[in-house]
Amino acid sequence: MTSDQAALTGDHAVDIDKHVKVYIVVFVALMALTLITVAVSYLHLPTKTAIALALFIATIKGSLVACYFMHLISEKKLIYVVLLITVIKFAALLALPAFTHGNSYGIFE
Amino acid sequence: MSHPGATAPPTPHVPHGSHHEEELGFWRKYVFSVDHKVIGIQYAITGMLFLLFGFSLMMLMRWQLAYPGSALPLLGSMLGEVRMPGGIMQPDFYNELGAMHGTIMVFLGVVPLAVGGFGNFVVPLQIGAPDMAFPRLNMASYWFFFLGGVTMLASFFVPGGAAQGGWTSYPPLAILLGTGQTWWLIGMIFLITSSLLGAINFITTTIQLRAKGLTYFRFPFFVWAQFVTAFLLLLAFPPLEAAAVLQLMDRLAGTSFFLPTGLVVSGQVLTNAGGGNPILWQHLFWFLAHPEVYVLILPGMGIVAEIVANNTRKPLWGYRPMVYSLLFLGFMSFIVWAHHMFMTGMGTGMAAFFQTTTMIISIPSVVILTALIMSLWGGSIRFTTPMLFALGFLPMFGIGGLTGLPLGFNISDIPLHDTYYVIGHFHYVVAPGTIFALFAGVYYWYPKATGRLMNETLGRIHFFGSFVCMNVIFMPMFFIGLAGVSRRLFDGGASYAFAQPVLHLNVVSSWGAWILALFQIPFIFNFFWSAWKGAKAGDNPWDATTIEWAAPSPPPHGNFLKAPEAYRGPYEYSVPGAAKDFTPQYEA
Amino acid sequence: MMEIPYTVAVRRDTGLTNGKIGIWLFLASEVMLFGALFASYILIRAGAPSWPRGDSILNVPLATFNTIVLISSSITMVMAWASLMRGRFGTFRIYMGGTILLGFVFLVVKYFEYSHKFHDGLFPSSNNFLAIYFTLTGLHMLHVLGGMAVNAYFWGPGAKLWKTNPVWFTNRVENSGLFWHFVDLVWIFLFPTLYLL
Repeated sequence: MTSDQAALTGDHAVDIDKHVKVYIVVFVALMALTLITVAVSYLHLPTKTAIALALFIATIKGSLVACYFMHLISEKKLIYVVLLITVIKFAALLALPAFTHGNSYGIFE
Repeated sequence: MSHPGATAPPTPHVPHGSHHEEELGFWRKYVFSVDHKVIGIQYAITGMLFLLFGFSLMMLMRWQLAYPGSALPLLGSMLGEVRMPGGIMQPDFYNELGAMHGTIMVFLGVVPLAVGGFGNFVVPLQIGAPDMAFPRLNMASYWFFFLGGVTMLASFFVPGGAAQGGWTSYPPLAILLGTGQTWWLIGMIFLITSSLLGAINFITTTIQLRAKGLTYFRFPFFVWAQFVTAFLLLLAFPPLEAAAVLQLMDRLAGTSFFLPTGLVVSGQVLTNAGGGNPILWQHLFWFLAHPEVYVLILPGMGIVAEIVANNTRKPLWGYRPMVYSLLFLGFMSFIVWAHHMFMTGMGTGMAAFFQTTTMIISIPSVVILTALIMSLWGGSIRFTTPMLFALGFLPMFGIGGLTGLPLGFNISDIPLHDTYYVIGHFHYVVAPGTIFALFAGVYYWYPKATGRLMNETLGRIHFFGSFVCMNVIFMPMFFIGLAGVSRRLFDGGASYAFAQPVLHLNVVSSWGAWILALFQIPFIFNFFWSAWKGAKAGDNPWDATTIEWAAPSPPPHGNFLKAPEAYRGPYEYSVPGAAKDFTPQYEA
Repeated sequence: MMEIPYTVAVRRDTGLTNGKIGIWLFLASEVMLFGALFASYILIRAGAPSWPRGDSILNVPLATFNTIVLISSSITMVMAWASLMRGRFGTFRIYMGGTILLGFVFLVVKYFEYSHKFHDGLFPSSNNFLAIYFTLTGLHMLHVLGGMAVNAYFWGPGAKLWKTNPVWFTNRVENSGLFWHFVDLVWIFLFPTLYLL
């Protein structure tokens, strides 16, 4: 790639080799965490603990994909703002219906 | 080329023909165009046609409400033996009309006109851009909308007719309805896709393609309004899309996302799996539908702001508070939705939560309305047709907003929920509210789009007639509702003893509606006639300050003869010491 | 006549191209879409008198394999983009082809999973666990298909753009990569939620 092309893409153009090293490390980590998730499930932990642990590991894996494969760790502020707003809305969508009607299910039984 | 973005790089071959516009055939130029102006006009005309159609559905309903059980002369016999045997409306047909009136007005009429029409046409011009950031995506948005509209219209012709479960499609009823409801769901998925693609376009365009010198706080208020609206569409629509998928699964795959165990239908217990909850639908639906009402009003407020500043010849009063209010309103709109669900058995804690957020969200609306009213103070008011509609909007939106307050409180909502009071409330904000703002916008930007002005006399007749009729239709509804008459009753309450004293008001509303239709004729005539015979308008017939008036009327492909630049704020009217009573944003 | 700026070069104050913003906005809407389905899952499960453990009904080894397949496709996807950044079109072709192939493997495995369930008389209508399982994985599968179609376009006919405007082509591959990673990310949450809990 010419230096013009490198300049034009605006972000991590010329030190791509460093990035590739990171990708490989992340890949190995993701594989390991996947196997850990499955192994943990064989322990048959109590449900609440199992859910918390599984989601905790999934969050780590998801963050690795987002930060490194999707370059979020070095993204611009605008993208962070959009995602922050989204996360807040997502949290509201998850939390508020649960708090509002979490108890009123199975009413026809 | 020393650093990124300093100058435009050699641009790639853009296949959509911008270099050789003269060579584009009829279809590529007028039907499958990627030009935001053509797309905007497509949205606007299609939207207005749907508004007319949705209005016609209501005019039919108003016969049944005024004269329940009586035969509709002439038209009644043309609507078939299933729906109107002997010209008398059947209850199922009434429900069909009701559900489709709401759906069409909201999703096929107002939003496409306000956002797809005005947003598409005006926003790129107002920010000094050559087009939207993604022109082909823009065209795709329009055709998804068109597909959605065709699907909705086609649903009238399937066995059992169109959707009949209200525009809200609550289960379990919606799961049990005929095929028309499936078509409604599929139509909604097309419409949601259209909106999502459009929202992506608006946000990217506004951030990236604004002219040099056009900082965020130099945006016209209209641009801010469309910007916030786009975020509402982007983040609020997907849960309804998910809900539509779940309802389709319940209807077509036999699942029970929304069907509770042991549900009895026509004396028989349903054999489905059960374990579902109808309330889940309500949460997902209203998560969209509450922000949706702000989608309905925000573009209208934006239009009114532009017209008020222009026709008072002074800057908007409180521009910054208005912008902050918009942002705060957008944010809050996502956490108020369950005020539509106060009657679903939520505990007092959550009711208090939603009631509180609902009261808080009324504050930014009041700020915006107050600022618009204060903007009139000390102005040199020009009573042009756009200004008449903008002025009419202000008290009408005020009534609509104020009547919302008792609905937002849990306790006072109990007697008012699902009554005509609610219908009165939301129609005031949308009909003499938003639709008046949209009319104002049509009269205001028509010269930019066509190069000709609409006729002022016809405009005045349109305004005064519509203003009176709107109030005649909707004011009585508050009283009918307070008397306890529920909405969606196919006889307008006639079979209830408590409703007898207010039934005559149904007749009043109906006549208001039919006469309102007559007053739209001058507008429709004016709209088409002026395109040929209207007085020629120059680039800036209103002596306005915002960047769209720097372009020729109508603007060519690419909009501006040379890239505009913003040198000052958007409303520099009557600047002391200036030669004219307006200093355009784009003049050095 | 004006062209659309910032398609290839970034805008100085945001540091972004139009396409980058566009794809992230789209992903934000997808977060809300899958988020709504997760919220539905939570409510349905919370209200159910009993709920089966995922591994008692679903095939965990097969899904673990599929998870590995999808994560691998993410690394090949990002390597495809990195190859373009290094100017190596041939390597791009290999990695992108790999991504598409792995996506295809994912779909084949899902086909076997689904048909096995149907064969055993287990359908979405059988109970709410299966209903949400089929709906969530079905919608995810549609996204995998969509991503594959876009990737196939850039592997095939779309690759012509590399010759005329390599920077634009690289950016477009990066953006479609973002979509592909998102699809992987959704699966990273779906897999434990449905299969292991």
